[in-house]
Amino acid sequence: MADSIDVLATLKLVYGIYALIAIVLIGWFGYRVTKPKDHAGGPKPALFYTFVAVLVIAGTGLHFLTYAAVPWVPIDLNRADIKADQVFDITFENHEMSFATLPMRVRCGEHVVFNATSTDLTYGFGIFRTDHTMVAQMQVVPQSRNDLMWKFEKNGTYYVRSTEYSGPKGAKMIAEDAIVVTGCDVDDVRAAATGGQ
Amino acid sequence: MSFVNTLVNGHEGGLKQDGMTPMQKIALRFVVLGVLYYGLAAIEGMMMRVVEITPVPAIDETHFFSIMTVHPMVGIFGSTYMIVFGAFLFLVPFLMKKPIFSLKLANASWMLIGGGTFIMWLAGFLFAYAPLYTLYWPLPADFAQFPIVGGLFYVVGVALIMVGTFIYSYNVFKTIMYTPDGWEKQPSTALFNDAIGFTGLANFFRRKKTEHIVDLPVAAIARGTIDVGLNAVVITAAGVLLLIYMFGTLFGVGMEKTWVDALLYKNIFWWGLDLIADGLVLIFVAGTWYILAMMITGKDLFMKHVARAALFVEMVVSWTVWSHHLMSDQGQSNVLKVLSGEMVTALELVTQGLAVYITLVTLAKARPLKMTNELKFLLGGLLGFMLAVPAGIIQADLGMNRVLHNTQWIIGSHVHVAILVGLTMTLYAAIYLLLPILTNGAKLYSQKLATAHFWLHLIGGIGMGSAMGMAGIDGMLRRSIYVDGEYNTYMIFAGVFGLMLLLAFAAFLFNVVMTVGVKGLIGIYSPAKMNTNECVPAQQEA
Repeated sequence: MADSIDVLATLKLVYGIYALIAIVLIGWFGYRVTKPKDHAGGPKPALFYTFVAVLVIAGTGLHFLTYAAVPWVPIDLNRADIKADQVFDITFENHEMSFATLPMRVRCGEHVVFNATSTDLTYGFGIFRTDHTMVAQMQVVPQSRNDLMWKFEKNGTYYVRSTEYSGPKGAKMIAEDAIVVTGCDVDDVRAAATGGQ
Repeated sequence: MSFVNTLVNGHEGGLKQDGMTPMQKIALRFVVLGVLYYGLAAIEGMMMRVVEITPVPAIDETHFFSIMTVHPMVGIFGSTYMIVFGAFLFLVPFLMKKPIFSLKLANASWMLIGGGTFIMWLAGFLFAYAPLYTLYWPLPADFAQFPIVGGLFYVVGVALIMVGTFIYSYNVFKTIMYTPDGWEKQPSTALFNDAIGFTGLANFFRRKKTEHIVDLPVAAIARGTIDVGLNAVVITAAGVLLLIYMFGTLFGVGMEKTWVDALLYKNIFWWGLDLIADGLVLIFVAGTWYILAMMITGKDLFMKHVARAALFVEMVVSWTVWSHHLMSDQGQSNVLKVLSGEMVTALELVTQGLAVYITLVTLAKARPLKMTNELKFLLGGLLGFMLAVPAGIIQADLGMNRVLHNTQWIIGSHVHVAILVGLTMTLYAAIYLLLPILTNGAKLYSQKLATAHFWLHLIGGIGMGSAMGMAGIDGMLRRSIYVDGEYNTYMIFAGVFGLMLLLAFAAFLFNVVMTVGVKGLIGIYSPAKMNTNECVPAQQEA
């Protein structure tokens, strides 16, 4: 099953190729526009309608693609109908994160909910691997519901960091080894087990 | 001619003050101040770039986030608003061949926006007021972290900017609609309806079409200006809210932060902010591309009816896309996330794609064209949006947003590429095109410097955005600070490319100063000797 590393690596590759094509296209156009026309008139209407169709398909198709290929999208959208196997409560206050249990021990393949509450400012709840790549994040807004449902498919130890600016002190809101996932067949090589295991 | 002489008096006589109209001077006042504020924003950006590479004792965390707070405000309001407003206050009457409604109001606009930006900047520089431009509630009213006086400076500065913005908007619409002295009575309502798109919308359902009486570029300016005004209303309302909390705190009134719902506030505030990011920027940019394409080629715009309709769609889209900023807010409804956040946002790919297509075909149909500065910068601007808009569509997806929100991808691949490459290169194209018109034919000091400006800016902008974006994909947050060198490779690349941007600006500024001379630059701010409401002197118009 795809995790964030797979999704982001695909993004890097696809967007990188697209960017190179766009740069070459404009470079080619810049060269051609200085040369005399080889035929009169403008492009055929079919080109215009094809271009518009491509834009519409690309713009909306991405969302259908991720719904089918990215596991957390259907979980997010069907969140109300999925029963959580484990719930972890986290409180944000005065630029500090308080965890009801630490480390949060997660069983592989179960639906867990990280239920965050802020009593003062807007913060963020981000799960990161030990190489600092992101697993997932959500905003933590005061007076609002902030519960992220997630399913881990790899063993590993992850740290939690506030991902939203809440003042200069917010940059130091980090809880090392906060989440420990066990019971999977595969290890997350970017989230090596450290002190939490 | 000696270097010093050219520096003082300009290249080949520099700026000839005596022959300038008040409107030319006002437009240049906007542009010069806007360019200087761009320089300030660029220096601030480089200061943050350096801190992201290695900690700098002189810039502690408080200072760093103060810079991060004022940097986008200086860039958007002090620079972009100033350059765009100056250009459009000149172009609306110039293209409509009628005098501007009020020179006094135009002068008031640049003074208020320029002065307001400086006061707002002082809030960060003197008082370390640092709630960032997003002002997520209740951070801007958290006076345990930030001094009230800093907040007051910030609010007063932004309020002045907004007053200047309202005045600009009023002046633009009055110029479109009013009847100048001695003219035949103008159809004000019909002009207004056509400018903002009601006529085109009605035509869509009518068998007998009404002729357009407002040219497409002016319609683009008008539609973007609607978003300018709406945005100013929202920002002003946020300012009033902050003032209430500031004075309440000062006078010891117990002001509960929970009186304001943080998520509702975030929705309203992002609705307003998006009128800039996804509204007026895209509309103004598309409009500027059309103006540039027509002026560069001397030909009419290709598929101008489609372009006109796309601008109207873009305006409506800009009112309904804000939810893509709240896709990681679990309290936000899924319906809004999918409809507003994903689907409506996807329409921006269509409207902006159409603008790129129409501009490129207009240029291609006029081949062969000379690769002038304005043409090459226009192509750079088109490329910027071709890169940045898809990056934005990608992050406005429920799946991708979960792993990209608040990372450097957003601010690098999307925002900085859109602003620095897309928007700024478009503005530079307009500046290079308008320079001889606004200065009555001043000759550019050095073409080599203009070429260096182009390549340094293009490579620097794309390079910096890419390095930041790649760091974001690897998890680097945008509103945080890293002290252990976690992303040093990317940040060193971003710093080198950022330095290229700064050098590009230095080359441009030096070239402009040498072109018009220091005397010419200072003289822009002295009263014009010609007493006319016309845009350009009669002989140039002829």
